[in-house]
Amino acid sequence: MPLDENEIRRVAVLARLHLGEDEVARLTGDLGRILGFVGKLAELDTSDIEPTSHVVAMSTPYREDEVTTGGDPDSAITNAPRRDGHYFVVPRIIE
Amino acid sequence: MSAARSYYQEGGFETVIGLEVHCQLATASKLFCGCSAAFGAGANEHTCPVCLAMPGVLPVLNRCAVDYAIRAALATDSTINTNSRWARKNYFYPDLPKAYQITQYEQPYCEHGRVTFDLDGTEHTVRLTRIHMEEDAGKSVHDAHASWSLVDLNRAGVPLLEIVSEPELRSGAEASAYMRKMRSLVRYLGISDGNMNEGSMRCDANVSLRKRGATTLGTRAEIKNLNSFRSIERAIAYEIERQAEILLGGGAIVQETRLWDADRGVTRSMRSKEEAHDYRYFPEPDLLPLVIDDAWIERARSELPELPDARRGRFVTSYGLSGYDSGVLTASKELADWFEAAVAAHDNPKALANWITSEVLRIANESGAEGETDFSQLPFAPEHLAALVRLIDDGTISGKIAKTVFSKMVESGDDPAAIVAREGLVQVTDEGAITAIVDSVVAANTAKVAEYKSGKDKLFGFFVGQVMKESQGKANPASVNRLLKERLDG
Amino acid sequence: MSRLDELSIEEASRRLASREISSRELTEACLARIEVTEPKVGSFLEVTAQLARQQADDADRRLAATGTRTSDTTALTGIPIALKDIFLTKDVRTTCASRILENFIPTFDATVVARLRRAGAVLLGKLNMDEFAMGSSCENSAMQLTRNPWKLDRVPGGSSGGSATCVAAHQALGSFGTDTGGSIRLPAAFCGVAGIKPTYGRVSRYGVIAFASSLDQVGPMASTTRGAALLLQTVAGKDPLDSTSIDAPVPDYAGAIGTAPTVKGLRIGIPREYFVEGLDADVEAAVRAAIGKLQDLGATIVEVTLPHTEYAVATYYIVATAEASSNLGRYDGVRYGRRRGEEQGLRDMYGESREQGFGAEVKRRIMLGTYVLSAGYYDAYYSKAMRVRTLIRRDFEQAFERCDVIATPTAPATAFEIGSRTDDPLKMYLSDILTISVNLAGLPGMSIPCGLDSAGLPIGLQLIGKPLDELTLLRTAAAYEDSCHWHRVSAELKP
Ligand SMILES: [Zn+2]
Repeated sequence: MPLDENEIRRVAVLARLHLGEDEVARLTGDLGRILGFVGKLAELDTSDIEPTSHVVAMSTPYREDEVTTGGDPDSAITNAPRRDGHYFVVPRIIE
Repeated sequence: MSAARSYYQEGGFETVIGLEVHCQLATASKLFCGCSAAFGAGANEHTCPVCLAMPGVLPVLNRCAVDYAIRAALATDSTINTNSRWARKNYFYPDLPKAYQITQYEQPYCEHGRVTFDLDGTEHTVRLTRIHMEEDAGKSVHDAHASWSLVDLNRAGVPLLEIVSEPELRSGAEASAYMRKMRSLVRYLGISDGNMNEGSMRCDANVSLRKRGATTLGTRAEIKNLNSFRSIERAIAYEIERQAEILLGGGAIVQETRLWDADRGVTRSMRSKEEAHDYRYFPEPDLLPLVIDDAWIERARSELPELPDARRGRFVTSYGLSGYDSGVLTASKELADWFEAAVAAHDNPKALANWITSEVLRIANESGAEGETDFSQLPFAPEHLAALVRLIDDGTISGKIAKTVFSKMVESGDDPAAIVAREGLVQVTDEGAITAIVDSVVAANTAKVAEYKSGKDKLFGFFVGQVMKESQGKANPASVNRLLKERLDG
Repeated sequence: MSRLDELSIEEASRRLASREISSRELTEACLARIEVTEPKVGSFLEVTAQLARQQADDADRRLAATGTRTSDTTALTGIPIALKDIFLTKDVRTTCASRILENFIPTFDATVVARLRRAGAVLLGKLNMDEFAMGSSCENSAMQLTRNPWKLDRVPGGSSGGSATCVAAHQALGSFGTDTGGSIRLPAAFCGVAGIKPTYGRVSRYGVIAFASSLDQVGPMASTTRGAALLLQTVAGKDPLDSTSIDAPVPDYAGAIGTAPTVKGLRIGIPREYFVEGLDADVEAAVRAAIGKLQDLGATIVEVTLPHTEYAVATYYIVATAEASSNLGRYDGVRYGRRRGEEQGLRDMYGESREQGFGAEVKRRIMLGTYVLSAGYYDAYYSKAMRVRTLIRRDFEQAFERCDVIATPTAPATAFEIGSRTDDPLKMYLSDILTISVNLAGLPGMSIPCGLDSAGLPIGLQLIGKPLDELTLLRTAAAYEDSCHWHRVSAELKP
């Protein structure tokens, strides 16, 4: 699997990781080798095979429509790095 | 713009519009946790570890949200998929706490529906590609600080339906009429308040142009932030001209997301979202497949309320109203309910329909917000209107006086009988009193009486007018006519 | 056995019930042992001594009030245990061994923790692990190094390294870990303790920090199978907060094992794909001897085949990293966790918080997972892996038509030297080659000690069961244990 550094930079943007140049180089190598290894799955013909996304053979359970949580904004923000009143605060979002 | 506009208007281009309507379901709690889904609370008041995306938390599906979603599917003649799946849509945004939205992607619960709506007396049908359930994001406040934004996650996890139409709408007016019908439907179904001001209902429009007769679609722009009927019409109109201008200038449309700026009346490119729309959808491992079996569907069907098209038909057959009036009256559930409450109080549907479609709607539109008809703000109840019509029907007041009484009802909210009594507006039917007025009018106009007797029949109207004037409009018109005739012709 | 900290859970439970010992004495013995051994082993990220003493005293009051075991006490009342730092513990710092959560104080308990508290278990502290459970050696912890109590220059195995070492070093009577690709069984094997990964859905994942949601499962470790059984039955069962938890009755495992468990008539399958190249000779010999012992005890040995075994590691590293890349998106510095770079704007805040908050292996897996889900690669990798996962599940379904339990080595070799695989991620990934398929198939798996290699390091026997059939695994393991002494050999904390 050919993998170049620009591809790694593209993925790092998607993953929101500010990689340093040395990390880009290292990950290009690492991921290239790992992808080479996992590429062995291509040996298998899976065209007629259903995918497994869950191993539990059930349908999803429900909860009833009742208000059971909320009303505790203090604990909502207790771990927040920056807050204003009960709001979380982030650097200004530019549309 | 004018060249583009004229080319467009001459039919050079055809507009192709598909709408993605987002509609908040009126459940008590959120889609995947037990927090209140209600609008309007202090910041992060309606949050818990699940909707805050604390580490280790998991979603559990709200049964009622699925019930509501099934109703929407049934009301749009859609196919309900017995098995559907949840997916994660991954992207980073401060109001998206998990950095993914739980939605439905490859196997939505509902597909292949259709909706009919009326525009200027013509019926249109639009097919629906799909409807799926998903969770809403939170809200960011940008104007509190110069360099910071505030994040409130009360809305995060509120259940939404996304209703995706086929690209079959041809104008902003059609798009707006479709949206009105959709809002009417969800309100009839009781699954959403459809309130566009509070964002319970909003839409994105995919707009493209193509040469008339072309079979392939042109490159589209997705316009976001359409949160009123007026925005839908204006934004689409703007976008059509923008694209026509580009195409006529030999340019190409860029496929992009554009934001409607209602203040400036333009759509503008959302540069921050331009970068790689790569949502990396994959099956949500924390939720198992959603199974909606036939029993569930049939139970929902049996609980379905009467829908607008059926109600319209019933208004024509049961009340003898015109198709047009029935359409107006059933366009909103609140209006149709209001009308039927009035009919229940006084059985004269035609007269009530006339009063409502002319006078009452005018008042309601004046008191409601833009494009909204607000019956909660009316100062009087349907029973009051029924009482007013009854006063006309039993001869207590004339139709003319009724208009006066109606304006007083609007001002004071008082019962019409009370207004009539207080203002002394009861129709004079006492023939002695009317005869006295007739006598005095005849005596005061001897010359005119002579002219009339010599054959100038048209003067009869003059005498009626004089008598009504003397009685301050309260004399029973039928009595006036008869007594005048007797006096002048006898 | 004279030292209280060396008691098995079942023995300690008996003595607590009969008031021969108090929970406070038992807890103090563990705290003292931690004090002495922790500088060498490094199991704990946090020792909650004050909380433990308070819980021990509460337990003693409960035990005293009833005198005998009644509804208010359980087999775990007063038993000191410790938890992998992946379980959310209300008001007790929970880091997942990551810098990004270094100051995170949960506002609620994981369901497992709540059930343990209700049962009266005593919490000694939070245990070291590979950051976000990503690793096979515990060397990926951002916090500290944990050493194998059998030989301190060896890794304890991972990711639940501290969960295994605290039991092996008698710092706690039992512990809980999580297992996504072998993270309970591998350290259990490396440290010579019993560890079980139950059927996917058997134990609630609510409040357990997610690595790969379709694979993660919680399980206990203890010095004996019966101890592990008591721990498991306390936490297992449907949780309305976890949609993937299974609504099936939970047996009284310990009671069902009884005093004289038998394997008579049990069909034990031996998959030939698990005994091939690269398998250490000592390991193979010990595992074959253990299988022989089970045969002597009355079990029937059948050969089975799991033909897609060679694709399991590749499948796993696609599925697990894809899910992880999504699960770890929430560590964005907005609502909790480390924040860096906010002065340069939102984009940099995300990038810097995550770049500095996550360790190298976590970033490697986020990158790999993001890549395999990204446009143009989904079909070749993620979709493909989900289909191969089906083939791996079918392998087991077919094998279990011929047997009741599958027996294999837990790992191809015994604990390796610290630092020997950190430069080669792929080599590290292959440590899990014998445990990963079980997670992909959602089956219960267990590791128990079955010998020592020539260097004196423990060897693990892996038992794999049918869905929800943890009982057969436990019964088989207990029958084996009753016939040998391996679980009674203690680590000596030698260099
Ligand atoms: Zn919530």
